[in-house]
Amino acid sequence: MSEVADRIKEIINPENLVYAKSPLLNDDIMHYCPGCSHGVVHRLIAEVIDEMGIQEQTIGVSPVGCAVFAYNYIDIDWQEAAHGRAPAVATGIKRVMPEKVVFTYQGDGDLAAIGTAETFHAVNRGENIVMIFINNAIYGMTGGQMAPTTLIGQVTATTPNGRNVDLNGYPLRITELLAQLPGAAYVTRQSVQNPAAVRKAKKAIRKAFEIQAMKKGTAFVEVVSTCSSGWKLNPVESNKWMEENMFPQYPLGDLKDGSRADAGLYSIKG
Amino acid sequence: MTEEIIIAGFGGQGVLSMGKILAYSGVMQDQEVAWFPSYGPEMRGGTANVTVIISDERISSPILHEFDTAIILNQQSMTKFESRVKAGGTLIYDPNGIVKHPSRKDINILRVEGSRLAVEMGNPLTFNMIVLGAFLKAKPVIKLENVKKGLEKSLPERHHKLIPLNLEAIKIGQENLEVVQTI
Amino acid sequence: MGELRLMKGNEVIAEAAIRCGCDAYFGYPITPQSEVMETLMANRPWEDTGMVVLQAESEIASIHMVYGAAGSGKRVMTSSSSPGISLMAEGISYMAGAELPCVIVNVQRGGPGLGTIQPSQADYNQATKGGGHGDYSLLVLAPASVQEMHDFVVLGFELAFKYRNPVMILADGVIGQLMEKVVLIDQRPRWTNEQIAEISGTWATTGKSKNRKKHVITSLEMDSFIMENNNLRLQAKYDQMKDEEVRFEAIECDDAEYIMVAFGSAARICQKTVQIARQKGVKVGLIRPITLLPFPEKIIAEYATKVKGFLSVEFNAGQMVNDIRLAVNGKTKVEYFGRMGGIVPTPDEVEAALEQKLIRG
Repeated sequence: MSEVADRIKEIINPENLVYAKSPLLNDDIMHYCPGCSHGVVHRLIAEVIDEMGIQEQTIGVSPVGCAVFAYNYIDIDWQEAAHGRAPAVATGIKRVMPEKVVFTYQGDGDLAAIGTAETFHAVNRGENIVMIFINNAIYGMTGGQMAPTTLIGQVTATTPNGRNVDLNGYPLRITELLAQLPGAAYVTRQSVQNPAAVRKAKKAIRKAFEIQAMKKGTAFVEVVSTCSSGWKLNPVESNKWMEENMFPQYPLGDLKDGSRADAGLYSIKG
Repeated sequence: MTEEIIIAGFGGQGVLSMGKILAYSGVMQDQEVAWFPSYGPEMRGGTANVTVIISDERISSPILHEFDTAIILNQQSMTKFESRVKAGGTLIYDPNGIVKHPSRKDINILRVEGSRLAVEMGNPLTFNMIVLGAFLKAKPVIKLENVKKGLEKSLPERHHKLIPLNLEAIKIGQENLEVVQTI
Repeated sequence: MGELRLMKGNEVIAEAAIRCGCDAYFGYPITPQSEVMETLMANRPWEDTGMVVLQAESEIASIHMVYGAAGSGKRVMTSSSSPGISLMAEGISYMAGAELPCVIVNVQRGGPGLGTIQPSQADYNQATKGGGHGDYSLLVLAPASVQEMHDFVVLGFELAFKYRNPVMILADGVIGQLMEKVVLIDQRPRWTNEQIAEISGTWATTGKSKNRKKHVITSLEMDSFIMENNNLRLQAKYDQMKDEEVRFEAIECDDAEYIMVAFGSAARICQKTVQIARQKGVKVGLIRPITLLPFPEKIIAEYATKVKGFLSVEFNAGQMVNDIRLAVNGKTKVEYFGRMGGIVPTPDEVEAALEQKLIRG
């Protein structure tokens, strides 16, 4: 026994450290289900804020949905917004404190259903904010109902026979729509189901925050995510289901990489 | 002194701005004033009216049933407001376009051919100032020097070159007030 | 003394906001108050005071922009008219729940639904009994003149920060469109970051420095016992408002046999009714609640034992009359007279109603 303890002591030293929890993440036990992507994305945001040294400047806006308690886990100032209104709340914060760093963190119901108007207009104004969009094609918090991004045929609590186009319309690719808006600077779609994906997602999140610092317009990061509880699959099956079903509908990669459009393109001549 | 006035006519006749100049002139004379317009779609091409109150005292209601003076510039307004002049009050109107002339016996009735005079002046936009001149002749509640100050205050600086023209129109209105009936 | 101007009620809201050092206005156009934002935009305050003025995509977005900016410790306001205020109701409830200060102006028009753009006071219940969900109260000020439109913006911000609570200025189309003389306050600077730290440093989200805990603006609490305590704290605050903030004007009440109660432009009309009635020898007075919430119930209760009756005069179906009845508590007669749908009664009409409902009735 003491032999093992000695071995462990030998191992626990700085040069062997391969991973440490970000100092911005506290020790509260997250309320997320096993296999859920939220925890990983929280971690990435905390790491980016820490690594960029912007903890004291950053204000997060949490949504209504599973991530409503995001403010419990990352050690920065937060505002909890009404359902769908996070982009408006972030606009309010950023407009009166343009020197601060502001981001929203929203799910598919919040961002792409009830808050569609606020989402579109914040991006169209080219608000210098970061928007993180967790798309897991289902409403987790309320118990697995249909989301605007629910796939055709996908079974949810409110589509017990599968999403039917005639009744429910189509899965909404809101990220593609947002990429068309002249106010958008950076629009990308990522995922966090394996270490390679996590590394890419982190890079994207970091880039989004850097774009905000450069005042280039709205930076929008969709993370195609899992909801093992809502999907009624175990974590491993969830990742597989996501790769097989979500990725064809929501292909990963950058949709826009630049800065918001030149106003001259849109102004009245003469 | 409290003078409660309704000015009513078509949108575009300068009803609201006449009222505004009158109100500004009252301010220049250190009096209490209130200006309350009709608003909304009825302003656009339809009828427009504005209540102007000038008083030595704190003004109570800007909404009135009866007026000391009605300045009436089209037939619809005649129909609506002739009955709402206080007994012993004054009705001033431009006969242009009026088919049913005022018939009350218990009020002073005066007229000014504002439309015709404005055309003769070569500038239809002077219409409302001609009518204002006629009102000031009938009811000299504001001194002319204060009207001049009121014009300076209410017109944007770039229009100040038009002040002499406006004063000329007011003079013409004063000179052309016709008495139809006095009681 | 400040600058004297002749201004419309709506315009003066904008002018007062700039001059009192307001940090931001977020709004959406709606008749009859669109001049508020138009005046702000024309004044370009961002060039002088640094005030932000933004046209939002909806009233819903406006109020949540106000939420975000107010949560940052700034002095923020919005304005709208009845249907727009209905859209804001959820956000106002969130602000009350998260204890965020702000000033909200409602230049009321007639309803229900799209209704009319003409003046009304039909949102009395909405403003004083909630409007949004949950047990919350606003502080509601009812201006009756253009000067009060100005003064209540300044006062509204003071009260909003004193109580960390939204303040509503409940005006109507008459006061919004009315032009009168107004004395403007001299330009005051916006609060500096140091002042904000001093005033709101315990809660505002200005960025978490190393030496303090994070600040979270939220109305959410999953523990029902804590949530009940939060509610009790809010209720205690509302009780304090009742003790400290009741404002009213009593006009010719000393010898009155009858008292009319009216707020906003209805009170202006009733002032003239008092003159007309007194010329006829009727001893009538007027109580004008300036704060509709807290309601001046004590003064009404005091007069309840002295007068033969009260007449509530409102541009609605009879909403404030219920608060008068509660204050009077059966001690004397309480009647209502009003018009709806954008019709504003004249002083003579009110006088006739007084005669019919109270004196002869």
